Amino acid sequence: MQAIPAFDEMFGSGEGYDSRSPAGVTAAYRAIRQWMADSPPELMAARRAQAELFFRRIGITFAVYGDAQATERLIPFDIVPRILTRAEWDRLERGLKQRVQALNMFLADIYGPREILKAGVVPAELVLMNPAYCLHMVGRSPPGGVWVHIAGIDLVRTGSDDFYVLEDNARTPSGVSYMLENREVMLKLVPELFDQVKVAPVETYPERLLETLASVSPRKVRAGHPTCVLLTPGQYNSAFYEHSFLADKLGIELVEGNDLFVRDDIVFMRTTEGPQRVDVIYRRVDDAFIDPLVFNPDSMLGVPGLMAAYAAGNVTLANAVGTGIADDKAIYSYMPEIVRFYTGEEPILANVPTWRCREPEALMYVLDHLPELVVKEVDGSGGYGMLVGPHASKTTIAAFAAKLKANPEKFIAQPTLALSTCPTATDGGVAARHVDLRPFVLTGADGVRIVPGGLTRVAMTAGSLVVNSSQGGGTKDTWIIDG
Amino acid sequence: MRIRVDYSTVYEYAQPASNVLQLLRVQPAGHEGQHVVNWRIDSDCDGHLKRGEDAFGNITHMFYPDGLIQRLALHVSGEVDTQESHGVLAGTFEPLPAMAFLRQSELTRPDDALLALARQIDAGDALASCHRLTGLLYDGMTFDADVTHSHSDAAHAFAIKAGVCQDYAHIFLSVARSIGIPARYVSGHLVRQDGLITQPAAHAWAEALIPDLGWVAFDPTNGMCATEAYLRVAVGLDYRDAAPIRGARRGGGTETMNVAVTTQASGQASGRHPGLGELGQQTQEQSQS
Repeated sequence: MQAIPAFDEMFGSGEGYDSRSPAGVTAAYRAIRQWMADSPPELMAARRAQAELFFRRIGITFAVYGDAQATERLIPFDIVPRILTRAEWDRLERGLKQRVQALNMFLADIYGPREILKAGVVPAELVLMNPAYCLHMVGRSPPGGVWVHIAGIDLVRTGSDDFYVLEDNARTPSGVSYMLENREVMLKLVPELFDQVKVAPVETYPERLLETLASVSPRKVRAGHPTCVLLTPGQYNSAFYEHSFLADKLGIELVEGNDLFVRDDIVFMRTTEGPQRVDVIYRRVDDAFIDPLVFNPDSMLGVPGLMAAYAAGNVTLANAVGTGIADDKAIYSYMPEIVRFYTGEEPILANVPTWRCREPEALMYVLDHLPELVVKEVDGSGGYGMLVGPHASKTTIAAFAAKLKANPEKFIAQPTLALSTCPTATDGGVAARHVDLRPFVLTGADGVRIVPGGLTRVAMTAGSLVVNSSQGGGTKDTWIIDG
Repeated sequence: MRIRVDYSTVYEYAQPASNVLQLLRVQPAGHEGQHVVNWRIDSDCDGHLKRGEDAFGNITHMFYPDGLIQRLALHVSGEVDTQESHGVLAGTFEPLPAMAFLRQSELTRPDDALLALARQIDAGDALASCHRLTGLLYDGMTFDADVTHSHSDAAHAFAIKAGVCQDYAHIFLSVARSIGIPARYVSGHLVRQDGLITQPAAHAWAEALIPDLGWVAFDPTNGMCATEAYLRVAVGLDYRDAAPIRGARRGGGTETMNVAVTTQASGQASGRHPGLGELGQQTQEQSQS
């Protein structure tokens, strides 16, 4: 695979891994660099083996669709943490809050007065004709006015101060269980490192999530907490492990559609002590399957009547129905304008320059420059169906060009970014691998909560820019450190 | 015309079913050419009826019958005054922007044959195109209640050139939308010109948004624009959004559903009200003819 010169977060440049010189090491990485230097290769290998054992024991797995070899497998974990300084994080955090606030305002607007469409800032047809724009939510307002309770914003870095948002995940972002598990494993594996370096905690995430869910309960419960449940499509879903893990950490019931029913526009959970009213559903079931009376009539995963209870204001769904439109990559390309429109501020986090193939001039440019671009489906995720021009063969590019010409509105293109690299333990010793970062942003009726850090995904293959776990990517613990 | 509708649906389950619930779109709203005089929804089962409104502006009811259900009869009846407007609608409640009705849905997605039909009927003028399409479907399709189901899509019905009013409407929507005319599904009732009062199902047709006219109702099954004999109940992107009844239950085993509709002008010699026992039998999901 062709190597792309990239910013390395330890050395501050593309150099350093061969010279073994600590001189150029960034302040953030000094302690880690020393720790790696003090660890002979056998010790690093032993730690890697031990980490894998921990994960096997926990049973953390991930199902990969279309992989006949194994329906479930371990996601590779790298024992070298990814480090960001408090100052770097503070700026990211402000940017994330601003962006998610704008996303919530955008959703409230397009399902409400549609000011942004009337102002011509976002083309009306891009929203109104988008399959992810849920007509059944038009004119509705979710309890507390919050649409995206849990957002996963994918960030990439190309230089010391250059962070970009690569994708917004407002539908059902996953991966937070890895953020929590990675920290747990690192604490067991290298407790001495946590003594030397002050790492911001991420363990509070389940508490923050529960506070967020409780804040949007439609019912003011006088004694005790509102009843929250986690609705999963079931054990065959790729993220089932995460669903059961989170329900356990939150101390709430993990339910499937069959465990819930709707009576007189109120949602109940079947329990051994009789029906219990449900206030908030953290749902990991997609819109299309959530209520067979309104959406896909064949769905066995949802709850008949749920949309009636939702429209009556008797239950909160997190995230709200219809948030998937914010994941659309053509909508993404308008995010700087969307942030300005609703907040009146300049966006703190930059967007990756994006060509919308639905626009004829952009399409022409993209077709002429395929070998250097990344092309994605507007409604794609998980790294499926995308073209990484610099790593694609001529045949692949030609086939992709045909797809692109047939349905240009289904694609966007971006320059191939040289994602930053981080030191990563490989079979051949520590080496640079490309990474991204998915922080999780929680929005309740009472404000925004973000635990410092997020999930760092790492492309385990040298030179690869695809970090998605469905494409063989791994994860790292992410440390926000003082100093 | 004063239209009187009596509409009965009877569900029977092989075993008692629990958690039965139904989403009903059976109550018409008024607009300039349609005044609802009286309307009621009755059932032989005790339970709760919760009124709501969906995003299309349709009046909805959630019906939650109490306890275990082995037989459930739903009776909808009422009278509506209509005025002749040659299919042109005025004063309808429009919560959605017209552009939303350019979207194809799962049941209207065009295949190559439908796209070819779209090119064939495209007259460059929306009104002329819709008239051509209506006439062409009326002439070229065969009405047949036994060849399609409630989940059949436009491409399938057009391929076999046969179906019921629901299929005619879906084909109309598929073609109109693919030449840029916003169009929507309508479920409702029709006083038939042939005097047939008792019908095995409700009726369905389409509305298209025509420049300078607004929404205009086309009935491809009968090859004409809607008249005062049409009672409009619910609209949506396709049948699924406007279906009179969508239901769910736990258990119950095999379901049989019987539907009978009588639709007549109030002055018309009264037809015999069908006894619930002698209704035509239909498949699980109610289709519209």
